[in-house]
Amino acid sequence: MKKLLKKLYIFLILLFLYAPIIVLIVYSFNASKSRAVWQGFSLTWYQQLFTDSKILSALETTFLIALIASVVATVLGTFAAMGMMKMKKKTFETVRTITYIPVLNPDIVTGVSLMMLFAFIGIELGFVSMLLAHITFCTPYVIISVLPKLYQLDMSVYEAAQDLGAKPFYALRKTIIPQLMPGIVTGFLLSFTLSVDDFVISYFTTGGHVENLSMIVFSMARKGVNPKINAVSALLFVTVMILLLIVNKRELSSKKHAAKNKDTLLNREKQIIKYRRNEGK
Amino acid sequence: MGKKIIELKNIYKRFGDFTAIDGINLYINEGEFLTLLGPSGCGKTTTLRIIGGFEQPDEGDVLFEGVRINDVPAHKRPLNTVFQKYALFPHLTVGENVAFGPTIRKISPDIIQKDVKKYLEIVNLEGYEDRDVSTLSGGQQQRVAIARALINKPRVLLLDEPLGALDLKLRKDMQDELKTMHKDVGITFVYVTHDQEEALTLSDTVVVMNNGRILQIGTPVDIYNEPNNAFVAYFIGESNIIHNSIMVKDKLVNIDGVDFNCVDTGFGQNTPVDVVVRPEDVVLVPADKADLKGIVTLVTFKGVHYEIWVEGPTFEWKVHSTLPQTVGDELGITVDPYNIHVMKHEPLEIPSEETAVEV
Repeated sequence: MKKLLKKLYIFLILLFLYAPIIVLIVYSFNASKSRAVWQGFSLTWYQQLFTDSKILSALETTFLIALIASVVATVLGTFAAMGMMKMKKKTFETVRTITYIPVLNPDIVTGVSLMMLFAFIGIELGFVSMLLAHITFCTPYVIISVLPKLYQLDMSVYEAAQDLGAKPFYALRKTIIPQLMPGIVTGFLLSFTLSVDDFVISYFTTGGHVENLSMIVFSMARKGVNPKINAVSALLFVTVMILLLIVNKRELSSKKHAAKNKDTLLNREKQIIKYRRNEGK
Repeated sequence: MGKKIIELKNIYKRFGDFTAIDGINLYINEGEFLTLLGPSGCGKTTTLRIIGGFEQPDEGDVLFEGVRINDVPAHKRPLNTVFQKYALFPHLTVGENVAFGPTIRKISPDIIQKDVKKYLEIVNLEGYEDRDVSTLSGGQQQRVAIARALINKPRVLLLDEPLGALDLKLRKDMQDELKTMHKDVGITFVYVTHDQEEALTLSDTVVVMNNGRILQIGTPVDIYNEPNNAFVAYFIGESNIIHNSIMVKDKLVNIDGVDFNCVDTGFGQNTPVDVVVRPEDVVLVPADKADLKGIVTLVTFKGVHYEIWVEGPTFEWKVHSTLPQTVGDELGITVDPYNIHVMKHEPLEIPSEETAVEV
């Protein structure tokens, strides 16, 4: 009984969280324009979606910006994290806190302040300004993903590579980067996800006719009922969902890996104890 | 033993307010096994890192075969290092780890493969090429680290407490293996340790360091038998160090209130001195046969010998003897003149247990 209640509770919570999205996805396949009446399965809205040039160009903008922004943010964030590790403890703590602030900052504040900044330094609002904004808000996430890997990093490996004849940059590539890779990839995927689904910051930092998918959805919703919104939103949701699943799976498997290492450490302890016992004999 | 291969001239190194190396002069002969020995923080690892090119000295020169190499970066020095915690590349297999150096030097893959096999054999790990390094035991990882260094045929191999992380039994085995390897490959070894026994067992030359300075350089036998100050005596093996001794005149020293004949001269008359006597050099005789008498306070069986503590008038003597004694007995204490080591009196900075035993 208790078990059943537990399951019911979790089911209710998940229902509460996902019901709107499920409704949205279901109705994106509705044959009718109505948002209330189900009139049979159809792919009409998806078809219309891919013939709508405005939506297609938004799709292109979204993924182009997400790709460039997350690549640039990954490079910037990774090197920033490395630099931070070389700092003195106090400076390091300060810089780390500062990098957390943009993460916690309300998007609207980030958006408005970036818009003002672009106006101030005379960058025309459009694709470039939106891209710069995305790089800005993605970089801290990369730093946050890479830093924990840096804590665990064994620096002597870097020295060992140089000792064996590797030039400093080659040593970095061959020893440090592979060790940081899980963090770097997580940071990249996180950036990509955040960039794909961002609305508020994009809204404030774009101009001309440059629009991403979230903005299209927003403007379509304002114009009134159009089930194409459902289709676009469903696609956005699925993309973000898949990316997040990948991120989570990576974290899980890296934890499993850590557990495996712990296991071998444990074995080593056992071996040592065995040795000691033999010696005692 | 040939010419000087490495020379350190007047080296200073500071980290902030801390002086890690306080004026070191040292040369290392080609082919020798030289050990830098001292407690934690004595500057031995920093010295090694300066030789390896991982630290820059603030002052002084590092010479390799007479040529100054201060500005030569680590990856261009004909030296290789075995690091304290092995520093194996965790994402590479055993074979790939060992092949790292030759791959960089763009040696053909066939030769690399042969070399990897050969050097894994030298370290007793034949057939381990495809193993994941994380599946190896500490001793095996250490051997991979040694193979990875030796395969580059360095002129000098630097070893930074390579056995520090191993348990006792494994450590003894690896000591023997290291000594054999040194003989077989015939390259210069510079070894850092805080373990005096290891230093005495392995080395041709021992360099005792403390507080960033070299206190004594010599063969293990010299260092053990003729420590030139109380710290060296304390650090190398167990000793009775009697601080309140007085050099009465040449060849006569007052220890624990009793005059002893010794072989040392040149300290002047009635000068305060430190006297060092090894526990195995103290001879216990019946009380009426000696001027210095003491009471046995503790007897411990140590395997090869008994450790006996004898309370003299002002000093508690540690004695190693193959014969047991009875607690409470009064005995005479004698020492042969040549076993009494007289040194200039100086305040002794005995490292606390914590710093003496480096982890």
